Amino acid sequence: MKYLRLRSKIDNWLTYGLIIVAYIVMRLLIAGGNISSTLQGQLVPITAYIVMAISLNLTVGVLGELSLGHAGFMSVGAFSGVITATLLTDAIPMTWLRLALAMLVGGLFAGIFGFLIGIPVLRLQGDYLAIVTLAFGEIIKNVVGTIYLGYDANGIQVSIENNTLQLGEGGKVILNGPKGATGITKLSSFNAGFILILITLFIVLNLINSKSGRAIKAVRDDKIAAESVGISIWRYRMMAFVTSATLAGAAGALYALNYSAVDAGKFDFNKSILILVFVVLGGMGNIRGSIIAATVLTVLPEVLRAFDEVRMLVYAIILILVMLVRNNKTLRQLFQKIGIRRRNSLSNNKEGDET
Amino acid sequence: MTFLSHLISGISLGSIYAIIALGYTMVYGIAKMLNFAHGDVIMVGGYMSFIAMIYFGWPPLLSILFAMVVCTVLGILIEQLAYKPLRAAPSLAVLITAIGVSYFLQNAAQLIFSANHKSYSSVVPFGSLRLFNDRLIISGTTIVTIIVCIVIILALNTIVNKTKIGKAMRAVSEDKDAAQLMGININKTISITFAIGSALAAVAGVLLCSAYPILMPTTGAMPGIKAFTAAVFGGIGSIPGAFLGGILLGIIEILGKAYISTQLSDAIVFAVLIIILLVKPTGLLGKKVLVKV
Repeated sequence: MKYLRLRSKIDNWLTYGLIIVAYIVMRLLIAGGNISSTLQGQLVPITAYIVMAISLNLTVGVLGELSLGHAGFMSVGAFSGVITATLLTDAIPMTWLRLALAMLVGGLFAGIFGFLIGIPVLRLQGDYLAIVTLAFGEIIKNVVGTIYLGYDANGIQVSIENNTLQLGEGGKVILNGPKGATGITKLSSFNAGFILILITLFIVLNLINSKSGRAIKAVRDDKIAAESVGISIWRYRMMAFVTSATLAGAAGALYALNYSAVDAGKFDFNKSILILVFVVLGGMGNIRGSIIAATVLTVLPEVLRAFDEVRMLVYAIILILVMLVRNNKTLRQLFQKIGIRRRNSLSNNKEGDET
Repeated sequence: MTFLSHLISGISLGSIYAIIALGYTMVYGIAKMLNFAHGDVIMVGGYMSFIAMIYFGWPPLLSILFAMVVCTVLGILIEQLAYKPLRAAPSLAVLITAIGVSYFLQNAAQLIFSANHKSYSSVVPFGSLRLFNDRLIISGTTIVTIIVCIVIILALNTIVNKTKIGKAMRAVSEDKDAAQLMGININKTISITFAIGSALAAVAGVLLCSAYPILMPTTGAMPGIKAFTAAVFGGIGSIPGAFLGGILLGIIEILGKAYISTQLSDAIVFAVLIIILLVKPTGLLGKKVLVKV
């Protein structure tokens, strides 16, 4: 037990170390001008995706429930974050503080949504749970796309479906229905993304290695056994789900404030799937794997630019091949023979507590 | 009368969803996997019939047959290359592979046919049916869609319940290992299921493009998700469930669009799904699975 605890501690420090080293290397590369402008533009999205992947891993890997609507929480966080940041433009001149508040509000709102959605969702199991998360993701996308929200000197105005905003002089529309949020002041930076990743890691790793984390894993491995030893299934499932949603909301705010315009269609089913791919390829329950997969798979299409038109085709083929190779028995035995220990737990759901 | 007209177009759209949902539900029932590439097979079916009609100048019926053959081959090919090696792998690995196949099909279509949409002309040669002094107009496509759906359901029901291969399918979906012990060739049965599902997807693609004549590489994506929802709605793995789920989903979508809100119709569909699943957690006609301790 002592050995195990030490191992998980070393493992956690390795994860923090990886992020810090990667950050320093990127900073040096930027300072030296050795990095292409497209890749530099990808830095903030990569940090947002890393946070998304870590948070989804909490639901999929640690809690063991497939979620197909993670982008929905990102959307809630993104738009509540943008609204907060825009409303506070005059009140708080410091951009970093505004960004921090936007991420905080984004996380808070996504967390509240996570709780409300969790009440019905967590009553279901397996594929049915997955489809309901998909449904909520689509509902959020659909509803956000119909909201018009603006403000003027008299306060905030909201209308749904038809733009009936009557803004006075100096008024500004923040959400413009299907067009989404336009005219956003870009606040996000690579540094902010880096700090958000560290905070996310701190929250998630501490949760996993705490008493609650062990309870969550017990619920994943066997609900009936967990309940019979007095673990409240509902409470721990909800804890993991809400934490996951909150972090996704903060990442959403970071992501949205990196662009001048964001619409609800950006956070669709494909985005949820994209993040799920990060989690599964990185290894379920393996936080470090999620970080690496999110980075590599976001950079990969950029690297494949050399292939130009066929790059997404190549991406798809790589995705399929990786899945086939990883689950090939002969190859796996070969890896074991030459001493490569398989860290990820994809082959067996119940080994996922290696983080 | 407008209500009746909305109801009929709802049933028509629902028929398309039902045909797609049948593919999802059969594959799920037998291979226990969510085949997310199914929606893109619909798109391939649409393109194939489009090519056959426009470039080869074939008559509609032959074009549909061509699309069905191509999709059947494609379905078997996908199953053999991408899913069969993963038969023993965890379900999430298969899910991600299916997503990879879906990306592949969409991007391949984009390369071959370009991202610009093509306007599809309906395969139905005759015009609309006019009733009650033109107060109720039902288009030919709508009628054909509903009839095709009913024929498919009846045929499929016969195949599954009356034929030998149907018996094998039911056995495999019940218990793979026991079926194998009884001498059933599991791989062949799964391949046949994929073949049937893909052929149905081709039909659905043709009908979908006839009703909504815009053909793009992403044409199949949203109907795919909706049909998947329909399959779950009716109880995934159940053929009558897929039919019922598809029809209901179509009606809810069209009525929601007509009477509640155009923009929120998708949200309404998914909200109804959530409510149904909360009341009946395994769908309308799904079997309740008991967990043994």
